[in-house]
Amino acid sequence: MTAPVFVPMRNGQALPLAQVPELAPAEFRAEVVRGVRGGLRLACLCADRELNLYAVLAADREGRLLAGRTRLDRPRYPALTPDCPQAHLFEREMAEQFAIVPEGHPWFKPVRFHRSWAEGRDAWDRAGDPEPAVADFYQVKGEEVHEVAVGPVHAGVIEPGHFRFQCHGETVFHLEIALGYQHRGIERALEGGPHPLGMKMAETAAGDSTAAHGWAWCRILEALAGAEVPPRSERVRGVALELERAANHTGDLGALAGDVGFLPTASFCGRIRGDWLNLTAEACGSRLGRDWLRPGGVRFDLDAERARCLAGRLERTWADTRDAVELMWGAASVLNRFEAAGAVDPVQARDIGLVGVAARACGIDQDVRRDHPFGPYLQHPVTPGLAESGNVHSRAWVRWLELAESHRFLRAALESLAGSEPDPRPGPLPPLAPEHFCVSLVEGWRGEVLHLAVTDARGRFRRYKLVDPSFHNWFGLALALRGEQISDFPLCNKSFNLSYCGHDL
Amino acid sequence: MIHILLSRLRQGHRTLPYPKSLPVLPERFRGRPEFGPGACAEGCRACADACPTGAIELGLELKRGPSLDLGRCLFCTECTDACPTETLRFTQDHRLAARRREDLVQDPGQAPPLAEALGRELRRVLGRSLRLRVVSAGGCNGCEVDVNVLGTLAWDAGRFGIQFVASPRHADGLVICGPVTANMALAVRKTYDAVPDPKIVIAVGACAIGGGPYLHQAEQLGGAAGSGLPVDLFIPGCPPHPLTILDGLLRLLGTIH
Repeated sequence: MTAPVFVPMRNGQALPLAQVPELAPAEFRAEVVRGVRGGLRLACLCADRELNLYAVLAADREGRLLAGRTRLDRPRYPALTPDCPQAHLFEREMAEQFAIVPEGHPWFKPVRFHRSWAEGRDAWDRAGDPEPAVADFYQVKGEEVHEVAVGPVHAGVIEPGHFRFQCHGETVFHLEIALGYQHRGIERALEGGPHPLGMKMAETAAGDSTAAHGWAWCRILEALAGAEVPPRSERVRGVALELERAANHTGDLGALAGDVGFLPTASFCGRIRGDWLNLTAEACGSRLGRDWLRPGGVRFDLDAERARCLAGRLERTWADTRDAVELMWGAASVLNRFEAAGAVDPVQARDIGLVGVAARACGIDQDVRRDHPFGPYLQHPVTPGLAESGNVHSRAWVRWLELAESHRFLRAALESLAGSEPDPRPGPLPPLAPEHFCVSLVEGWRGEVLHLAVTDARGRFRRYKLVDPSFHNWFGLALALRGEQISDFPLCNKSFNLSYCGHDL
Repeated sequence: MIHILLSRLRQGHRTLPYPKSLPVLPERFRGRPEFGPGACAEGCRACADACPTGAIELGLELKRGPSLDLGRCLFCTECTDACPTETLRFTQDHRLAARRREDLVQDPGQAPPLAEALGRELRRVLGRSLRLRVVSAGGCNGCEVDVNVLGTLAWDAGRFGIQFVASPRHADGLVICGPVTANMALAVRKTYDAVPDPKIVIAVGACAIGGGPYLHQAEQLGGAAGSGLPVDLFIPGCPPHPLTILDGLLRLLGTIH
């Protein structure tokens, strides 16, 4: 294998844009395809208004990222997707945002159903505002085949999305997911920034991943401004991220128990999730961790006494969590249902580029905290939770392993915080470096959160790209449903528990 | 089976005694912001300049002082951090809900108007139950999280007759979360139309009240009222604490005053 043409960079490193090699479109395409065939992961592919394309490949084993770019002279190019399925949603996104047509894309549909950022007609030759989920859905035809349409408004307190099932009796042949109802224009709003609402937009990109997206945002700004974050503040951020993970994993395990009718774990975990959220509220006043982090450090530090108080409550919450979840692992009825539903083939999982819990449930051993470590994870490494079967049970089990690991991290971090003095609150950051390129990865509770920024000559954002793990993983849910009973959809859906707003931005 | 019973004993009874007594809120909890007794420095507009959503307006005559719009407030501390005299601060008061949009704009020195109960006739129709359909319309799922929590055994909204139902046909009203994106406008309207009369609308969170952090975005309509729904109760916050939401609902029902 020849040396990579793309430039190697670390997670959270800012490079002068000139150091990111600009390749000819054909060469760029060949390099991405070659990398992904060689085992790299396409972490991000995006465009900007000047028809520049940027690609970030993750070499998880070596702990580095490879970045490259190209410039199109007209808004069309031969699609990558036929040779690299991981690109399929990214290419649809670029088409929708900038009217760039990936020629030969096998599944060429809008992603979020918004008006193109470019002037004139969009990539589908439409003008004006598109109607949500009005698309050419894949259809199975034949005797006794029927179509089930669900959403956007679902029967529960959940976000909106539209699901089309092609069924034969109870069996699902194919599921197509059309999203975009939550699209509120975050990436467009971040252009020309950083603006005063930038941090808020990152925190609310997916509200249950406030710490993950907030941290990714902070690290982009810090790298571009050349600001150092004190190690103690980084540890506090680690506490924020792991509390977020613990709360959501506990809630998910309870909800999974509820979906198979095992009510003790469901009701206990519903409450205990609140206890985890209340630990976050004790630290920063908000149950979802809003305004805890600030570029340069943290807004709410944990003084020694508060850290000690949290450490005590952490142990009680963890004891309750264990008690509630272990009940479920001892119930044969639960295990039977979990093991029989929602399997994703590990080869397909790799092909489509699953991340996070869903990937690790297929035996794909990747976790940003270990592979591309940052902040507190450099000194306090975490072991990713792994399972093999790729079914509902595996996704539940990975969450359980990660909960124990988060508890271990939290205990050590709070102990060290209890023995040291808080850092001063960070002041405003210096201006951002002009004409720079930066990528920041954080392992949120669902998986890899990626932020990418390109600054212009004045140090403002020419392009700011967010990739929520849900963006990679929604297609995994569609695959998990193949051949399943349609009545198992809620269980499979919950086992992924993906974000609609994180996808729709 | 025995494990389940033992676990039940260990986990104990955890439903909060609210509203008989208030749960302890964390020390850093940010409730209703207020301008305290200290005077603002002359000509100071630090808080108004720092607010990312323009929630603070300075009075024309200096005497009137600044006013704060809870409907726009994200409770983010930018204003209190900027205040040089510590006049502006967050209190622990969780009671934020209001029946009218203008009641969310708070002038200093004025007692905050708390939400009044629905009219007698409407309360007679509702009886002792309130069934609500939640429509998530473009937010971050944060308000949904804290609405959902009311159904857990800790808050147990069911004991007040409050239940979240799956169909608008079974509902007495809608809870709207999110700024109502252009892509959700039709679905919100159809869901509203599907609720039988008489019906109420409750806007939960800064997004549903006026667009929240997305207030400048063309992709959204500025919340429930912006999308054309008649709103009966506004519950500020980003997201509001479950206690704030429950307080608003119970005031609406006349359970607490």
